[in-house]
Amino acid sequence: MKQFETVIGLEVHVELATKTKIFCSCSTEFGGEPNSHTCPVCTGMPGSLPVLNKQVVEYAIAVGLATNCTITQNCKFDRKNYFYPDNPQNYQISQLYLPICRDGSVEIETEDGGRKNIGIHEIHMEEDAGKLVHDEWGENSLVDFNRSGVPLIEIVSEPDMRSADEVVAYLEKLRLIIQYLGASDCKLQEGSMRADVNLSVREAGASEFGTRTEMKNLNSFKAIRRAIEGERERQIDLIESGQKIIQETRRWDDAKEYSYAMRSKEDAQDYRYFPEPDLVPIIISDEWLDEIRSRQPELRTEKLERYKREFNIPEYDAGIITSNKKLADIFEETTAICNNPKKVSNWLMVETMRLLKEHEMEPEQITFSPENLAKLIQLTEDRAVNSSVAKEVFEKIFEEDIDPEKYVEEHGLKAVSDDGALRSTIEKVIADNPQSVEDYKGGKKKAIGFLVGQTMKAMQGKADPAMVNKILAELLQ
Amino acid sequence: MSLMNLTAVELGKKIKAGEVSVEEAAKEALAAAAKKEKAVNSFVTIDEEKVLAQAKEVQRGIDAGKYTGPLAGVPAAVKDNMCTEGMLTTCSSKILGNFVPTYTCEAVLNLERAGAVIIGKTNMDEFAMGSTTETSAFGATKNPWNTEHVPGGSSGGSCAAVAAEECSYALGSDTGGSIRQPSSFCGVTGMKPTYGTVSRYGLIAYGSSLDQIGPVAKDVTDCAVILEAIASHDKKDSTSIERKDCDFSTALVDDVWGMKIGIPRDYFGEGLDPEVRDAVMAAAKELEKKGAVIEEFDLSLVEYAIPAYYVIACAEASSNLARFDGVKYGYRTDGFAGLHNMYKKTRSEGFGAEVKRRIMLGSFVLSSGYYDAYYLKALRTKALIKQAFDKAFEKYDVILGPAAPTTAPRIGDSLSDPIKMYLGDIYTISVNLAGLPGISLPCGRDSGGLPIGVQLIGNCFGEKEIIRAAYAFEQTREYEHSPLA
Amino acid sequence: MANIISDETIEYVGILAKLELSAEERENAKKDIGEMLDYIDKLNELDTSGVEPMSHAFPVNNVFREDVPSEDDGREKTLANAPERGGDSFVVPKTI
Repeated sequence: MKQFETVIGLEVHVELATKTKIFCSCSTEFGGEPNSHTCPVCTGMPGSLPVLNKQVVEYAIAVGLATNCTITQNCKFDRKNYFYPDNPQNYQISQLYLPICRDGSVEIETEDGGRKNIGIHEIHMEEDAGKLVHDEWGENSLVDFNRSGVPLIEIVSEPDMRSADEVVAYLEKLRLIIQYLGASDCKLQEGSMRADVNLSVREAGASEFGTRTEMKNLNSFKAIRRAIEGERERQIDLIESGQKIIQETRRWDDAKEYSYAMRSKEDAQDYRYFPEPDLVPIIISDEWLDEIRSRQPELRTEKLERYKREFNIPEYDAGIITSNKKLADIFEETTAICNNPKKVSNWLMVETMRLLKEHEMEPEQITFSPENLAKLIQLTEDRAVNSSVAKEVFEKIFEEDIDPEKYVEEHGLKAVSDDGALRSTIEKVIADNPQSVEDYKGGKKKAIGFLVGQTMKAMQGKADPAMVNKILAELLQ
Repeated sequence: MSLMNLTAVELGKKIKAGEVSVEEAAKEALAAAAKKEKAVNSFVTIDEEKVLAQAKEVQRGIDAGKYTGPLAGVPAAVKDNMCTEGMLTTCSSKILGNFVPTYTCEAVLNLERAGAVIIGKTNMDEFAMGSTTETSAFGATKNPWNTEHVPGGSSGGSCAAVAAEECSYALGSDTGGSIRQPSSFCGVTGMKPTYGTVSRYGLIAYGSSLDQIGPVAKDVTDCAVILEAIASHDKKDSTSIERKDCDFSTALVDDVWGMKIGIPRDYFGEGLDPEVRDAVMAAAKELEKKGAVIEEFDLSLVEYAIPAYYVIACAEASSNLARFDGVKYGYRTDGFAGLHNMYKKTRSEGFGAEVKRRIMLGSFVLSSGYYDAYYLKALRTKALIKQAFDKAFEKYDVILGPAAPTTAPRIGDSLSDPIKMYLGDIYTISVNLAGLPGISLPCGRDSGGLPIGVQLIGNCFGEKEIIRAAYAFEQTREYEHSPLA
Repeated sequence: MANIISDETIEYVGILAKLELSAEERENAKKDIGEMLDYIDKLNELDTSGVEPMSHAFPVNNVFREDVPSEDDGREKTLANAPERGGDSFVVPKTI
């Protein structure tokens, strides 16, 4: 039996977090009525002209610097010509000849714990297309240009990956870097990060690459894994049955777990690139580069070191929290309010992780505010709620971002620390349970647990157990 | 005598002085058009109601001191490739036959800010592709000097409207000579500014790196004043240039003493009509009499400008015109089977033969395997042509030559042989490739009575030099009104 | 004619340019493009080695816009000329 090696390169499209589109002032905000975020420029009206958004260039440079690229200091845009209804000019303004970044790399951790560099061939800037909505039964599609002209960078890797695990590790690394830079939120499910997979197989030990195919329409890590497995098997089957692999673009159907060729006589795939005459060259001076470099935010490694140093957080915990920009942001913002990094870290590491898993959510989807988590931490510090109530309240915060102070008040969950009420309840519990009192006094110290339980029950859970213990011990003296 | 016999600046003075109302001027233009359109067909669209409403509005503006410039209240026409909000803008093509823009071209906005009254949209070669205004989907425009002849093109409608005196002045666009050549054929003055001087926002693109809007008028003074009004640094056009020297009318002085004028020998070779040659050389003599230093020189590369131009312009056009697809605006075919058939039928029915020819050529030269051989080669040639001009302008202030090798051909004679038609642009095209300013003004007539134009070419940003030379020459002759004026 | 344009080339360019030519137009196009290319081949007489291709005639660069959004709802203007409008979208023949 022959052994085959999979060779994978990725083309990753990332929507940049600018407020406006790449060539006009229309908002990039998600949603909105169809065609509400449009103007003559992003709908290809005759006579309209593009003007480049400076922030797009700065984000692209920032990503390039963070991925060890060489920045092309004299770069240009080109037109990529093809007809499709979501492409209003029937050309896309992109970069072919002089992309803004080249020859970079990112380091990933492999399954065996080793490290590997994945090369980045280039990063270029381009505009996104509009959205097509197809009705299932009719003969028509609807075109909405709200996304048309949203800025993208396309990160083209070298064919350096050999497995789905490496692909996922690479994507996670890219996502982390870009999120840390604030250049994009990189949400796969919303399409602000999209990956096309170029895959070929070759016999183990072969020096030449096999013929590759490109797979599109991959919008989750799961889909990417399945598509890689599926395509690898398809190609091996073809080779083993003596057939040729055709270099083509294929569309992954995740439901059917199969990819389909997107061939058509009308898709000549001859894009007739030429320099965009409506835009002028971008000259990136050393000063501009230095300025962007000096503004680069703290990336993950630096942040991790700082958490250990500044907040005295264990390496493991700091590693988990900084593994995701959203978690790190929540950690820092919450800590800034309540000044209790240990507690904040605990809530993130234990309860937040548990709930994310339970709800099958990514950290990016967290909606609760640092303010409310900080308030909850303060309530526990003040012993105003006990730990089991706090957990219950946190679930509410996680789900609906409720204000814990109000919630506790409204639902009467406040721990009764008022000495008088608690003391009389305990006195009653002692009077009602002479056997336990006797056991305790006879040396069975554990019997106090039962009395605490009874007290908590009588208090409907609202008492602070530490306080109950203290008063009980005192009364039983 | 009609108000339309006056130059724009002369009429503007009368309006400013209160001798003539804006409405009277507009009405005279409309009446002239009503009378002459059958013979000339300069216009695609005239909306009388809108014109009169605008005239009243402008009059109020003048009375209130809002419009104080020399063009306030003067009726103008605009080539139909400039978008005008709420007014049909067709590029003389069936594919835009129903297109009503929701925005106005920046150059037209600038005219409106100067108080212009826009009489209508002028006919042109479809998408500015042509040199005769015969490729219009709305019928050919005729030359007001002889309606059996073409007015030239592609801004033939604008030039004919000025020569027939259906308006006081007009805007045209020039990609390879489309203002200067028809100006020469129609006996009017037309100017193509340095690339980037007038915003292209709202000008429906043909060859984006070559297109430039400019004035068409009866004389050099009007041209300078109009250019002053339309030139602006527009943030909506990335190729627009911020210039501090847009006071072009300050160059209207009759003084060329010591000015160095180069005459390229290459412009006087084979193919040049002897009558045109003589008239142009006579114009040079006049300038020499006024103290200019005239010298012949070899510009070189002239014969390479046309092939380089057709590669670049057609390549850009094939991409620029891709947006006309029946999805967002304009014509859509009636019957089709599926998306690609809709595209193909819409475009095949919507575009005329010349446009299709250029789109096909442009798509071919950019297609896989040909890009280097054709497109890059053309861009390299363009660089060499620019260098040749740079060298010439080290020695000369202005270059003088014919605007076209012949006077206006008969209707129907040009379209049969495209290459011959393309050769008609030999003296104008390299100016666009190098981004330079050029002006064409009348310098005589041939034995058939058709006008001849002399072209003056300036270095980039050298508008003032060519305006000065043109103005000085113009002082040596009287403006000749066309028979249809 | 040195450049012979085949039927396949015309067909291919027609796919790229989304133009469908009639039999007569095809023959004309073959002839015209062939002749134009012969004419364009004149450029090969020129030695352009070492010459940078020039897209823009003079050096303007770094023209940018600040990232400030406009709040306009462009819907009505965008759709004003739509050949076929469905709700607030353009209608096209089904694309899949």
